[in-house]
Amino acid sequence: MRLLADRIGHRYGTTEVLRDIRIAIGEGEIVCIVGPSGCGKSTFLRMLGGLEEASSGQVLLEGEPPAGSLNPITYIFQDFALLPWRSVEGNIRLVLEDHRLGAAAMRRIVGDVLERTRLSEFRAALPRQLSGGMKQRVAIARALAVRPAVMLMDEPLSALDSQTRELLMDDLVELWTRDRFSACYVTHNLAEAVRLGHRVHVLSRRPGRIRETVEIDMPLAERAERAAELEAMQRHIWLIMREEARAADRELADGR
Amino acid sequence: MADDPAPGARVRPVPFRGGGFRPQTNSYVSLAVFIGLILLWEAGSRAGLISPIALPAPSQVLVALADLVRTGMLWKHLSVSLMRLGVGWVLGSILGILVGLLIGLFTIARAALLQLTSALFAVPKIALLPLFIVWFGIGESSKIATILFGSFFPTVIATYSGVDNVDRNLIRMAQSFGLSWGSIVRKIILPGALPAILSGLRISSAIAIVLLVAAEMIGAQFGIGAYILQAGSLFAIDQLIAGVTILAVLGLAISWVIGRAERRFLDWRS
Repeated sequence: MRLLADRIGHRYGTTEVLRDIRIAIGEGEIVCIVGPSGCGKSTFLRMLGGLEEASSGQVLLEGEPPAGSLNPITYIFQDFALLPWRSVEGNIRLVLEDHRLGAAAMRRIVGDVLERTRLSEFRAALPRQLSGGMKQRVAIARALAVRPAVMLMDEPLSALDSQTRELLMDDLVELWTRDRFSACYVTHNLAEAVRLGHRVHVLSRRPGRIRETVEIDMPLAERAERAAELEAMQRHIWLIMREEARAADRELADGR
Repeated sequence: MADDPAPGARVRPVPFRGGGFRPQTNSYVSLAVFIGLILLWEAGSRAGLISPIALPAPSQVLVALADLVRTGMLWKHLSVSLMRLGVGWVLGSILGILVGLLIGLFTIARAALLQLTSALFAVPKIALLPLFIVWFGIGESSKIATILFGSFFPTVIATYSGVDNVDRNLIRMAQSFGLSWGSIVRKIILPGALPAILSGLRISSAIAIVLLVAAEMIGAQFGIGAYILQAGSLFAIDQLIAGVTILAVLGLAISWVIGRAERRFLDWRS
């Protein structure tokens, strides 16, 4: 199954936030979207999953989702979005309960995703007892539980400290190596983009357009070792973005 | 060593200036204050500083309370009051939560009911008691209706503001996972609004007790309010204080129950 954005444009009142964005997320591909703050990248991601309607253009699904996928397009949020009153296990069960799976199947899925995210021993913990990194692991486990075809990740590591971020990037690479999920990964962190992306779209400042697209055909599993090459790639993207970021920064400072 | 103070230099510790502004409760202190006040009152009465006509000694109040228990009138008064309070408050709260949810969830309900609720919330329900007596008669219905009305409005307001304050991101998350509307209301909105609903119930319970006494002062033969009114008109101040004590204990008991409910249902809060 592929997810296609066909000339997406959007405005809030008189402010144009997105213009003519066309991207495709193919099977097993991680597509990163980077851009200066306020360029509308999170808005765009909400449109990809049908949480917000675009003023123009449309989002298209090509092909059928794989059999057994309970929620083909699944989000991972920056603030984790865990229910504070439910345990780790309860949070995962939440997204399965509406599917009438039967107790045995439910238990099997929950056990499986907890093991894959190495959370089995935290099954009964409440979110307030977990660190940020663990909370995001729970959110990832919850997303895996519905067997998504495409994961939409909105700055998933931005609320975490840099060491936790490194650990979670390793985890994501490992999960991807195993499952080959497709994903659209929105971030302002270029290091994350070059570590995880097969393709990086650089958006301009508002109204967000695709400034440039950078293909990175280095296998994900090798990237941790080939840091120097990634560094060069990251630098290249930063040079594209720098002027945009500076202008965007000034725009906000001037209060528009 | 560079880490040690220079020889001969004047050294002094940096004074501590943090701390404070975090008052804590201490049940021993509150109990001690309570007992201390009663002892002081008793001592004042015995020494003749407090006139027994104005304020009888705690021991006399205790005698009045014991009388109430012995004659079986305590249960007679209390059971009638508890029935009125229970039915009125529980019904008022249930209806309040339902209407609050409607206002919190539906544009039409909000548009239709929000202003109406605000307007009627401000009306003292005691002022409506004569009206209720005309409508429902002098019996139980008018008293229960007063308590029901009084606890209904604060619960409505607490519930819909609780619903308004549920984290929008959680709702968006639930939608992104395809949860049904009913699931979102049951599993996200209701638990998310529960802290506000419970604090609303705390307020409405106090209002319910006030209205209970007020309602029982008109045309009631039994009930704590009727007992207090009777005592007052006979200048039996010891009985009057005994009645007030029962009300205070009732208020404490309800507050304790709600506190337990908060600890039971809101243990997920840090």
